Amino acid sequence: MIKLVINGESRDVDVAPDTPLLWVIRDHLQMTGTKFGCGRAQCGACTVYLNGSPTRSCVLPVSAAQNAEITTIEGISGGAAEAIQKAWTELDVPQCGYCQSGQIMAAAALLEQNPSPSDADIDTAMTGNICRCATYVRIRKAIHKAADDLRSDANA
Amino acid sequence: MRRLQQQAATLSRRSFIAASAAVAGSLTIGFRSAAAQDAVVDATNPLQAYLRISPDHTVTVLSAHMEGGQGIYSGLATLIAEELDADWEQMSVQGASGNPEFYGNKAMGGEFQLTGGSTAMVSSWQRYREAGAIARHMLVEAAARQWGVAAEEIRIDRGVVSHSTGREGRFGDFVADAADLPIPAEVSLKPREEWNYIGNDEVRRRDTVAKTRGQQDYTIDVQLPGMLTAVLKRPPRFGGKVAGFDAEPVKAMPGVVDVVETPRGVAVVAKSYWEALKGRDALSVEWDESDAEKRGTAELMAMYKDAAVNGEGVAVHGVGDATRAMDDAEKTLDADFEFPFLAHAAMEPLNAVARFQDGQLEIWAGHQMPDQYQSVAADIMGIDAEQVILHVMMTGGFFGRRAAPDSDVIVEVASIVKAMGEGVPVRVQWSREDDMHGGKYRPMYVHKVQAGIDADGNPLAWSHHVVGQSIMAGTPFEAVLSTDGIDATSVEGVDDMPYSVPNFAVRLTTTDVNVPVLWWRSVGHTHTAFVVETVVDDLARMAGRDPVEFRRELLREHPRHLGVLNLVAEKAGWGKPAAAGIHRGIAVHRSFGSYVAQVAEIRLRDDGTWKAERVVCAVDCGIAVNPDTIRAQMEGGIGFALAGIVHGEISLTDGRVDQDNYDGYRVLRMNEMPAVEVHIVESDESPTGVGEPGVPPLGPALSNALTAATGVRKRVLPLGNQL
Repeated sequence: MIKLVINGESRDVDVAPDTPLLWVIRDHLQMTGTKFGCGRAQCGACTVYLNGSPTRSCVLPVSAAQNAEITTIEGISGGAAEAIQKAWTELDVPQCGYCQSGQIMAAAALLEQNPSPSDADIDTAMTGNICRCATYVRIRKAIHKAADDLRSDANA
Repeated sequence: MRRLQQQAATLSRRSFIAASAAVAGSLTIGFRSAAAQDAVVDATNPLQAYLRISPDHTVTVLSAHMEGGQGIYSGLATLIAEELDADWEQMSVQGASGNPEFYGNKAMGGEFQLTGGSTAMVSSWQRYREAGAIARHMLVEAAARQWGVAAEEIRIDRGVVSHSTGREGRFGDFVADAADLPIPAEVSLKPREEWNYIGNDEVRRRDTVAKTRGQQDYTIDVQLPGMLTAVLKRPPRFGGKVAGFDAEPVKAMPGVVDVVETPRGVAVVAKSYWEALKGRDALSVEWDESDAEKRGTAELMAMYKDAAVNGEGVAVHGVGDATRAMDDAEKTLDADFEFPFLAHAAMEPLNAVARFQDGQLEIWAGHQMPDQYQSVAADIMGIDAEQVILHVMMTGGFFGRRAAPDSDVIVEVASIVKAMGEGVPVRVQWSREDDMHGGKYRPMYVHKVQAGIDADGNPLAWSHHVVGQSIMAGTPFEAVLSTDGIDATSVEGVDDMPYSVPNFAVRLTTTDVNVPVLWWRSVGHTHTAFVVETVVDDLARMAGRDPVEFRRELLREHPRHLGVLNLVAEKAGWGKPAAAGIHRGIAVHRSFGSYVAQVAEIRLRDDGTWKAERVVCAVDCGIAVNPDTIRAQMEGGIGFALAGIVHGEISLTDGRVDQDNYDGYRVLRMNEMPAVEVHIVESDESPTGVGEPGVPPLGPALSNALTAATGVRKRVLPLGNQL
């Protein structure tokens, strides 16, 4: 039995220790917001936070996630995450939407670290997340918008 | 008179009441898919397909088209909300299937349901507005009777039904009564000046909120009690067959439930994906490769190039005498192009979920061709097609890949479910490697072009030979689309090019290769637009003319081409100096009924690479139903095209695919995406497609910019980003 803490809740799962965290989350805990895209940490669709840092859950053995705080798209909260989700909605960023959980996880983490990211900062933080619909123009715009919104909230 | 109205007029009142009663007090306009959720609905009722209004006021649109990002769910909701005068927040959309009479693709003859060819809005523009107008009429009539007032005095505004006496209600308050009313034989649609939703830039997609919160369910997210997951070991070379395998050691592995042979490979069925994957790794299968394709792409390319030079091909199109006129040309151009196989590589790897229970098979998947899948699955199970219920799921990208004439993943899931027996739900899940290795690529092509201009710089002769596989050959579409061995999708965009050349000949050599090929976002236009628009640019250069001026002259008789060309030139500042270090190229192309012109701006970098910095795009797709979705599809189409032009290549060595994942098959990432600016031409024409037409002009516009910058023309794709 492996003990996990996901979105603040303790969960026990009976799985082989080499099972990637992604499949534990999806197949065993039935939390499906985190997506499978490549299985090789190449696309970012499976991004979750491990102790607050964006992590590719498709290559992380569940045994390595014990004792860590795991956060999925279902559990994100706080200023940056909410500003990102709001900007995503206002700009209608998603097309097929399949990669967007991962995009939002990466973008919210970026804003947590860097409240005023430049285009180059966005490239660095987001280039690991593939969007095959190529919604990149709007992702970039939405990150800037969320940053602006957060700043004006802070000044208000 | 419109077909729907005719059908409505001939409806018996009794059948409509029966149908409506079946969905428990709901008003059902054109509904049969209810069979999947509710009860038996009269399938012969022509007005039972398109929408349902519930007592809780929700308007559910039943979409004839699969949604995979292109925005058609919100597009159809726009049409219904417009005619119903609904509130946008009460609109909901779900996929529907199983009723070709009403979900048939009208742009493709109406006989079968298919999402593709950028036809959804073309196919449904009229019928969904009519359905909305019929529903509105019946709700108004019901309200008039309830309130004892004249129907003409009733207003509907954003979902609120009201009368000057102060009476007010919402749709759900009238649905039970409305269901008992006769269906109007005639309805009139709103004139343009009364539209609130159509053309409204403020309308937002109905699926965005769920997609930003991880709440949107795709096929991969379907959960059924006791569901098992299957992964398949498929032949390592195309055309290989299972010769034997040893199931026993794998069956003993943790979580593995069974090992099942299917017509497409051997499936390991387990309690979870990871256990199935480990089982597959351990499974050894012997293959019969006697009929397998063992050639690599290097051999194929050599064969194609030889055919382009020495082969006769089949004449596709001809005016004048291109061969003779070439001798009279002042200057000529020889241009040989090579295009690789391309994978769709949608983010959601192929999958399907099925369950056989009580004699019925249900399949959840991205059903781009539901009628075909229904009949294939029925054959496998040995049941009637009516006993196969398809749930059309939101799909994580498709780009053509979910319309597989051989019904690949459907065959797999139905075969496994049949082997597992009643009541065992199974999900088939492809890995990314399965997807890369799985074929159904945009075919490889070689184009050989010779073109000449006269002494005045006008095109005089154009001889064009296309060499490549047919997408339609050997599929159920062969009879529909091919004549004289010519696959229209191999030459679309060349044989119908708008430039008038007095001596013009197009030939096609269709190759016999056992690599599965398929339509890939914009199909033939992915390569033909590149060839035509770069050759035209080269002719302009040979003639010493500006590329825009040169095209303007040749497109005199083509106002819609000219419209987007002029608009994009103006918006991009064509003719004015570009910023330092920036080089421009232009292209214009019509596909799927829509006209798109793009100016690509590139920057040459000191490290010997180049980057697309900005693309300005003008699109004429008739009436712009959802302007923001049109912009999104142009942006996405440009990014998708850019990936294919710069990086995209599936290669084979000895018949085996070389690329495994996104590291080998590169797609576009954030750092390579240019800024995109989209301008939509005002139009009163009927709407045409936007999913694909943004793709074709990007490659040639980019190539033209590169040639403008370097003086060199690269005609072997992918271009790469090295100078």
